[in-house]
Amino acid sequence: MNDLWNGIQQAIWLTLTLDADLVEISLRSLRVTLSALFVSCLIALPLAAILAVRRFKYRRLIISTLNALMGLPPVVVGLIVYILLSRSGPFGVLGLLFTTHAMVIAQVIIITPLITSIAHQSLRELWSEYHDLLISMNTSKWQRIKTLLWDGRRALMTASLAGFGRAIGEVGAIMIVGGNIDHATRVLTTAISLETSKGDFALALALGFVLITLALAVNFTTHWLGRTEREGRW
Amino acid sequence: MFPMNACNLSVKVRQKHIIGPINLTISEGGITVLMGPNGAGKTTLLKALHGIIRLANGQVTFATPAKTAQEQQSFVFQSPIMLRRSVLENLAYPLVINRQDKQSAMERAQTWATKIGLSAHMDRPAPFLSGGEKQKIALARALITSPKLLFLDEPTASLDGAATVEIEALLSEAQSTGTTIIMSTHNIGQARRMASRVLFMKDGQIDAHSAANAFFDTPPTDAAQKFIAGDIVL
Amino acid sequence: MIRILLMLITVTFATYSNADMMRMAVTTSFNNSGLSEKLLPAIQADLGLEVQLLIVGTGQAIRLGEAGDVDAILVHSQKAEEAFVAAGYGTHRREIMYNDFVIIGPTDDPAKIRDAKSAAEALRAIVTSQSLFVSRGDDSGTHKKELSLWSSTGIKDEDLGPWYRAVGAGMGASLNTAAGMGAYILSDRASWLNFKNKTGLGIQFSGDPVLFNQYAYLSVNPQRHAHVKHDLAVKLETWLTSLRAAEIINTYTIDDQTLFTFNAE
Repeated sequence: MNDLWNGIQQAIWLTLTLDADLVEISLRSLRVTLSALFVSCLIALPLAAILAVRRFKYRRLIISTLNALMGLPPVVVGLIVYILLSRSGPFGVLGLLFTTHAMVIAQVIIITPLITSIAHQSLRELWSEYHDLLISMNTSKWQRIKTLLWDGRRALMTASLAGFGRAIGEVGAIMIVGGNIDHATRVLTTAISLETSKGDFALALALGFVLITLALAVNFTTHWLGRTEREGRW
Repeated sequence: MFPMNACNLSVKVRQKHIIGPINLTISEGGITVLMGPNGAGKTTLLKALHGIIRLANGQVTFATPAKTAQEQQSFVFQSPIMLRRSVLENLAYPLVINRQDKQSAMERAQTWATKIGLSAHMDRPAPFLSGGEKQKIALARALITSPKLLFLDEPTASLDGAATVEIEALLSEAQSTGTTIIMSTHNIGQARRMASRVLFMKDGQIDAHSAANAFFDTPPTDAAQKFIAGDIVL
Repeated sequence: MIRILLMLITVTFATYSNADMMRMAVTTSFNNSGLSEKLLPAIQADLGLEVQLLIVGTGQAIRLGEAGDVDAILVHSQKAEEAFVAAGYGTHRREIMYNDFVIIGPTDDPAKIRDAKSAAEALRAIVTSQSLFVSRGDDSGTHKKELSLWSSTGIKDEDLGPWYRAVGAGMGASLNTAAGMGAYILSDRASWLNFKNKTGLGIQFSGDPVLFNQYAYLSVNPQRHAHVKHDLAVKLETWLTSLRAAEIINTYTIDDQTLFTFNAE
């Protein structure tokens, strides 16, 4: 209990004084996760729409695979990305290991199936609602996908936020591929892990509170932006 | 584009025979009203003629190539499908799909919104309006492209009298400005008011096809006679 | 849209090539000591060299060196280091400094090891009293040291009963576990002194020369991995064995206790 209290106090103190290290790793956390989220959405959202709209041979297989991949342990992803990016691995020449790029790649692999699955769930419902109308209007496949993505944007926002939540709180994979290097690849979660291992629970908790605050801030901002956009809610 | 010919047309759903074989010719102009007991296959026939369900057999042909014919048809479903957008965007959607520039599409949508008495609600999300308002939007959205052929599946089935009057007025106007209409209805009064020709269906077959006056004065078949008299047709 | 994508790809795959940056894998125990926070700024100031530390167990540090993912390693497990050099992964092994291991245990010392004459006697007392003992169990330098202590004491695997808990975790996490269970544990002095969650634990035995913990520096062989920054690794080695390094290492204290003794030749 005492640790918890100390943690809260320290978190407030670190935040109020804008502790330089804290600001640095918080911004890095945000940058890595938002980059990963951006890349993931570019892949996941169109894929979800295609899976909802088109009927092709391996569709069911892809959907089941994505659902299974949602539960992928981040450590395994980290290990695989590590082996691929290692100097002795196939992509070693790129020299990406232990950089924030490697962390982005690992996070993209972790959250893309999650975002695709959640997005597909809601787009599938939307498609069953729209199906007859869009078929009747002679829309092209591309127009159908565009319509679904636009009209389903609120649900897609939720899917993206789920991906954001998973990525910002992830530690196993980015620890392995990023290396938790001070001033280079240290982010909030790996710093928390490090402080815990040093037995400095108060500081670890403080960082944890900062992480939670950051996640909440991003969520609130997103919802606020979503609300101001138009009158309707669906 | 006319005459429209259905030749030996039949539809199966999961090996189950639904309608057909049907041979039918519809020539330009007027309102063809499709009647018949529940389960006779009215909706299926409309969708088959419109080309949005797969035919087990036969074909539907027009005097113009299939693609041109397809672009000059609209369909209004029994329960209106509203895009999760504003009234105006719903109305403009078919024009935008057909690559009309946004500006003129929106102007045309405004004209139609005013015409159906929804000018005060143009920017409201369409899915939140009443059933009658939604059906008017669906009809206006179907007419905004000035189709040569319009299908309607029980367009006033769940509407009150006032809304029904408005819909019927819009249909009469469309008919007089060159849109050929094929609609199904349960409402014999509506059929009497609107029909220039009647198609009577029973058990997935066309039981009678004649001019409206002739149909109501001297019903050509036993089933049709019973139906007009208000008896239950088995 | 396509332009943004291209930009993103370029940014994502731009190789990180900072001429004055090298990566070194070090053991958790070394980093937990806090000495790196004194050494790295000094290295930056003297050589203009940014050393990025990867803090891992000795086992993983050696794997990173073998794969060529780091330019040098600083570890403490002589056998593994010699094998690393023998297999051609490292150019040579250079001893830098040593610290010592201590046996941490509950402050009431149930196994009564405080007055033991040697490390062997202390360990035997733990076995006899069946007191809880937490082992790193992660193939780290500290773990290997612990195993060699058991075997030199004449205690075999089958003597390790249910009181022996291998947790498979780093030094800090293992200390947290020991604190939670009220168990004995072998730790390097530096990690212990810097450890914040000392609840109910204390140093119960130390000082036996077999507990000395030698750190060695090994640069990765450029003949094996052409891309490693061997010149920087050599520069760092020269600095680490210099008088300047000696002074920083020998004067580093926590709670007025000296942690490391410089012994590079």
